[in-house]
Amino acid sequence: MITVDLDKSSVRDLNERLHRLPPETNEKAWRVVNPKGAHALCAGLTVPIEVTIDGHPGYYCAGMNKEATVVVNGHCGVGLAENMMSGEVRVKGNASDAAGATGRGGLLVIEGDAGLRCGISMKGIDIVVGGSVGHMSAFMAQAGSLVVCGDAGSSLGDSIYEARLYVQGKVDSLGADCVEKKMTPHHLAKLEQLLARAGIKADPKRFRRYGSARRLYNFHVDNVDAY
Amino acid sequence: MSAPTSPTPMPPRRSATFDEYAIAEIHRAAATGIYDIRGFGAKRRVPHFDDLVFLGASVSRYPLEGYREKCATDVVLGTRFAKKPIHLKIPVTIAGMSFGALSGPAKEALGRGASAMGTSTTTGDGGMTPEERGHSSILVYQLLPSRYGMNPDDLRKADAIEVVIGQGAKPGGGGMLLGQKISPRVAAMRNLPEGIDQRSACRHPDWTGPDDLTIKIQEIREITDWEKPVYVKVGATRPYYDVALAVKSGADVVVLDGMQGGTAATQEVFIEHVGIPILAAIRPAVQALQDLDMHRKVQLVVSGGIRNGADVAKALALGADAVAIGTAALIALGDNDPKLEEEYRKIGSAAGCYDDWHEGRDPAGITTQDPELAKRLDPIKAGRRLSNYLAVLTMETQIIARACGKSHVLNLEPEDLVALTIEAAAMARVPLAGTSWIPGQSGGL
Repeated sequence: MITVDLDKSSVRDLNERLHRLPPETNEKAWRVVNPKGAHALCAGLTVPIEVTIDGHPGYYCAGMNKEATVVVNGHCGVGLAENMMSGEVRVKGNASDAAGATGRGGLLVIEGDAGLRCGISMKGIDIVVGGSVGHMSAFMAQAGSLVVCGDAGSSLGDSIYEARLYVQGKVDSLGADCVEKKMTPHHLAKLEQLLARAGIKADPKRFRRYGSARRLYNFHVDNVDAY
Repeated sequence: MSAPTSPTPMPPRRSATFDEYAIAEIHRAAATGIYDIRGFGAKRRVPHFDDLVFLGASVSRYPLEGYREKCATDVVLGTRFAKKPIHLKIPVTIAGMSFGALSGPAKEALGRGASAMGTSTTTGDGGMTPEERGHSSILVYQLLPSRYGMNPDDLRKADAIEVVIGQGAKPGGGGMLLGQKISPRVAAMRNLPEGIDQRSACRHPDWTGPDDLTIKIQEIREITDWEKPVYVKVGATRPYYDVALAVKSGADVVVLDGMQGGTAATQEVFIEHVGIPILAAIRPAVQALQDLDMHRKVQLVVSGGIRNGADVAKALALGADAVAIGTAALIALGDNDPKLEEEYRKIGSAAGCYDDWHEGRDPAGITTQDPELAKRLDPIKAGRRLSNYLAVLTMETQIIARACGKSHVLNLEPEDLVALTIEAAAMARVPLAGTSWIPGQSGGL
C-alpha cells in the first residue's frame, strides 16, 4: 500500500499521481492521511484502484469517480462523489449536502447521515444511506436508486423522473409529482441486493417505495398546481 | 340654410397597449392554457450597437491602409491559470448550442465552419457528440446545471470548460426541451425516457454561491490537471457584481450574454422581459475587471445579437476580448432562408420569423431531431457558409479598426465611439455624438 501524507504532499500532487496511473497498474492500494478538509480529493479517478482516506475530506471528494473504490474513514463535505460514473465510494461517517449529485453509475454508501439534496439530479447511480437524508433529496432525480435507512426530510423526490426511492423511516413530505408506490417482489429483490452490496443490515420489508406520478412529464395546464 | 353635413367617419383605432400581438397572445393563452414557448432571442427593439458609431481617423488620428497594412485579429483566452490557453485566430467564437436543440449535421457544420477560421465552438445542454468533437479543432465543453451528458472523459477531451450559470435569453431560468424533440439518441444522452419534456435546472445541483463556485472550479481544474481554461458564463443582469464574483471564483474567462442572445426554447415573456441588452452590460463588466486589475488578464467574451463586423468592433472597443455568436451562426448555416419561404408558410411561419425551434419541424434541418429533416443540411456546404460568414465578420472588424488607426482589433477603445442617442450614450458610457457629454457622468461641455 502506498501512503500519501497530505501534511507533506499537496492535493495536486496526489491527484496528479493518481491520474497518471495506467489501467493495468499494479499500484492498486493507496492510503491518504491528514486530509484536513481538503477539497477535490481523489477527484477524477478513472482506474480500478482502491484509495482509503483516513480523516475528513472537504468538498467534492471522489468527484466524477470512474472505476475506483474510495473509502473515507471520516465525514465528507459538499458534493461527495458528484457525477460518479462507476466504481464505489463509501463513507464511514456523515456526508454534507448534494452527496452523489448527478451521479450516473456505481455505488455510493454513506454509513451515517447525509445532508440536504442527497442524490439531487441523480442519473443512474445507486446511493445507500445508513442514516437519514435532508430536504429536497433526489430533486429531479432521473435514474438509479436512493435507499434511506433512516428518515427523509421535506420535499423528497421533488420533480422526480424515473429514479427509485426507498425509505425505511419517516418522510417529512413528498415533493411535486412524487408519490408512494407499491413495493413489488421485484422491487424488494432489488432493494435486498442494494443493501447487501452496501453491507448495511436492514429488513427490505420495512421500507416504502416512492417514485414519479409522471404527471409532469408533458405539460398540461390542469396539472399547473403541481409546479 | 344648408343641411348639416354628416361628420367624416372615424377610422377604427387600434390600442397601443393591446396591439395585435398582445391580443393574439391573450387569445392563444386563453385557448391553450400554456405560455408561448419559442426559440430565437429577443425580437423587440432594445438599445443596441446600432446606436453607436465609430469616429474613424482624420487629422487627430492616423488611419491604416485597408488591405495593405496589418491589422491582427488573434486572441488568447485563458491566460490566468490554465497550462494550455486557447489561441483563436479571430475574435469571434461560436456560442454554446446543444445537440438536441440542434441536429447532428448542424453541430458538425458549426465545427467545420469554426475550425476553418481557427476559432472555437461550444457544446450545449446535451453534452459532447463525437461528430462535434471530431469536427471542432477547438471545443469548449459546457458544465450546465442539468449536467446532461457530463463525464470525466469528455471533460478531458475538451479544450476549455465553460461553467454556465445563466444565459442572456433567460437569466435565472432553466431550459425546456419539449418532448417532441426527444429522439432515442437525445434521450439516451440525457438519461431520460423518450418523448417527455426535459427540464434543465436553473441552478447547479452541488453548489449554491460564489464561495462554492470557487471550490467547484478548483475541482474541475483538479480533474483536468489544471490544463484547460475555465470560463464562467452569465446572463446579463447585474454585470458588475457577477463579473467581479466570477473573477473572485477563479474564472479564466468570463462570458457575458445579453438579452438578445438566442435560446432553443423558452417562454416568450422571459425572452423579452428578463435581462438587459448587451450594450448596457459591457461597460459595467469591464469596469469590474478594471477595478480588480484584471482587464485583459481575465478575458471577457460577450454575446447577444452580434450580426456584423461593426457589432464585433463595437463590442471590442467597449472592452471585450472576443464575441460569441449563436443565432447569427444558425442563420449563416441556412436558418430562416427565404428559399424555404413556402415550407415555412406551411408550418404557420415565414422566412425571417421562424422561431418555433422547439417543435422539431425545422425545414432547414437545423433545429430538429427528425432524421429526414436533418438530412437536408449538408454539413460541408453549411460549414463553408459559416466560415465565409466568420471571414466577413473578421474583415469588417479589421476595416473599422484600420479606419481608427489600429494595428490589432483589440486596440479599439471607447474613445473611438460616440452615441447617437442619449440612452446608448449612458449605457455604453461614450459621449453623445457632437458633444463630450456622457449621461450619468459629471463634467462635459
